[in-house]
Amino acid sequence: MTYTTAIFYFFAAILVFAGLRVITARNPVHAALYLVLAFFTAAGLWMLLEAEFLAITLVLVYVGAVMVLFLFVVMMLDINLEKLRQGFWDYLPVAGFIAALLMIEMALILGSRHFGLDVIGAPPPHPADYSNTKELGRVLYTEYVYAFELAAVILLVAIVAAIALTLRRRKDSKYIDPAQQVRVKRGDRLRIVKMQSTPKAGRGESGE
Amino acid sequence: MESTGMDWAAIQTVVWTLVKILVLVVPLMLGVAYLTYAERKIIGWMQVRIGPNRVGFQGLLQPIADAVKLMMKEIIIPSGASRGLFILGPILAIAPALAAWAVIPFTDSLVLSNINAGLLYVMAITSMGVYGVIIAGWASNSKYAFLGAMRSAAQIVSYEIAMGFALVGVLMAAQSLNLTDIVHGQSGGLLHWYFIPLFPLFLVYLIAGVAETNRAPFDVAEGESEIVAGFHVEYSGMAFAVFFLAEYANMILVAALCTVMFLGGWLSPVSFLPDGIVWWLLKTAFVLFLFLWFRATFPRYRYDQIMRLGWKVFIPITLVWIIFAGAMMQTQYGYLFH
Repeated sequence: MTYTTAIFYFFAAILVFAGLRVITARNPVHAALYLVLAFFTAAGLWMLLEAEFLAITLVLVYVGAVMVLFLFVVMMLDINLEKLRQGFWDYLPVAGFIAALLMIEMALILGSRHFGLDVIGAPPPHPADYSNTKELGRVLYTEYVYAFELAAVILLVAIVAAIALTLRRRKDSKYIDPAQQVRVKRGDRLRIVKMQSTPKAGRGESGE
Repeated sequence: MESTGMDWAAIQTVVWTLVKILVLVVPLMLGVAYLTYAERKIIGWMQVRIGPNRVGFQGLLQPIADAVKLMMKEIIIPSGASRGLFILGPILAIAPALAAWAVIPFTDSLVLSNINAGLLYVMAITSMGVYGVIIAGWASNSKYAFLGAMRSAAQIVSYEIAMGFALVGVLMAAQSLNLTDIVHGQSGGLLHWYFIPLFPLFLVYLIAGVAETNRAPFDVAEGESEIVAGFHVEYSGMAFAVFFLAEYANMILVAALCTVMFLGGWLSPVSFLPDGIVWWLLKTAFVLFLFLWFRATFPRYRYDQIMRLGWKVFIPITLVWIIFAGAMMQTQYGYLFH
């Protein structure tokens, strides 16, 4: 077993374990954290495939941003897993059937008959100066530029739609315009009253 | 026989790399220790106080005394805490702060790992740092800690976008993701450093860096006057010290990245002085001084103002400047932006 193979099996074992724990962990926060571990390990596997751009982007986008928001939501919600698990045994036969079907379908296509090493050989390792980032960039902005732009536009539409759906003017909002706050002058907040500091003659003495 | 030869070479590489990591981390930890001393002295000076002056000459042994004190203290794990995650929190805070140093170039040849996608690597690793805070806040099972974690999560995710865009400007100018190449792209004296053509991005990066490290005036995650100490309120002893180390290691990291990407790294500002690591250290120290200066000067931002600054000011600025710089690169003045 070479060094890379050993690393592959190490990462693969962690990935499978983390994946299993995502669906078996009792606490939703623990499940989300196992998902983070799964993403990170998958990034390690992609790194082994010399796809450093994809691997790092997976960590940057999914681990660094998406999962943080995910955790954010999961931590705030009071999820009762016992309630979610009700009826587990009722659904098991249907779910098991679908799972078996998917497994068979995948086995038919992804078996070693079509994807074995003798059918598709291992790609030759790239020289040290090969840049996965540059290659991907070149392909994305030349050959697949239309597909890429389309995907970008669809994402933009999704962003606009998400904002439009949640945008509402709240009447009870105590929104303050920061620009106005900055422009505030002393005269707007403070009134200086002139008054005599010494007690009036007569009243001062009467106290004594 | 051949395989044992291979193994021997592999073991040698691993040991040699470990030695190099040690050579990198030990000065970094010392730097962290004396950064705390510098912080107390400088802020003391700015506020017309003396600062630490009891332990050792001029208080120079103060950081050591603090470290010893923290190590002697008991680590208390609250009974309601999620035990495993409670311990994992500080580890996840410090690990990215140290791992990101692997690709920072100190001079032409002095870098632990000179990789192609260095800039991306740094962004990815530093984006992991938020987990330490979130996990610590959640695992503590305390309202204040949880509030701190929530604030921190929202803040770091918002400022990461502006930070990422600022770095996009740098990689456009350098046409490389390799940090050593980025420094080489700035050779030719002070006027060729990227902070001049990318000045708005430089400012955004610097300020977002302060926010990313949860430093004043963006320290709402700790906010001792409102949520006690935020995410690390339940931590004591060495577990707390690890958070502390992570914060300062991150500060030095942001300063180092600023140096490498906008201030010409190890390059000398004038042509008659030789390049060298001295410049790198001086520039990093200058950026760190700015961090301390901010803390001594500015009051803490209100939370909604932080969000507004990140989303409505910084992100538009970076987007506009990226487009502007990209357009200028196509004109005859393009040389100014490279």
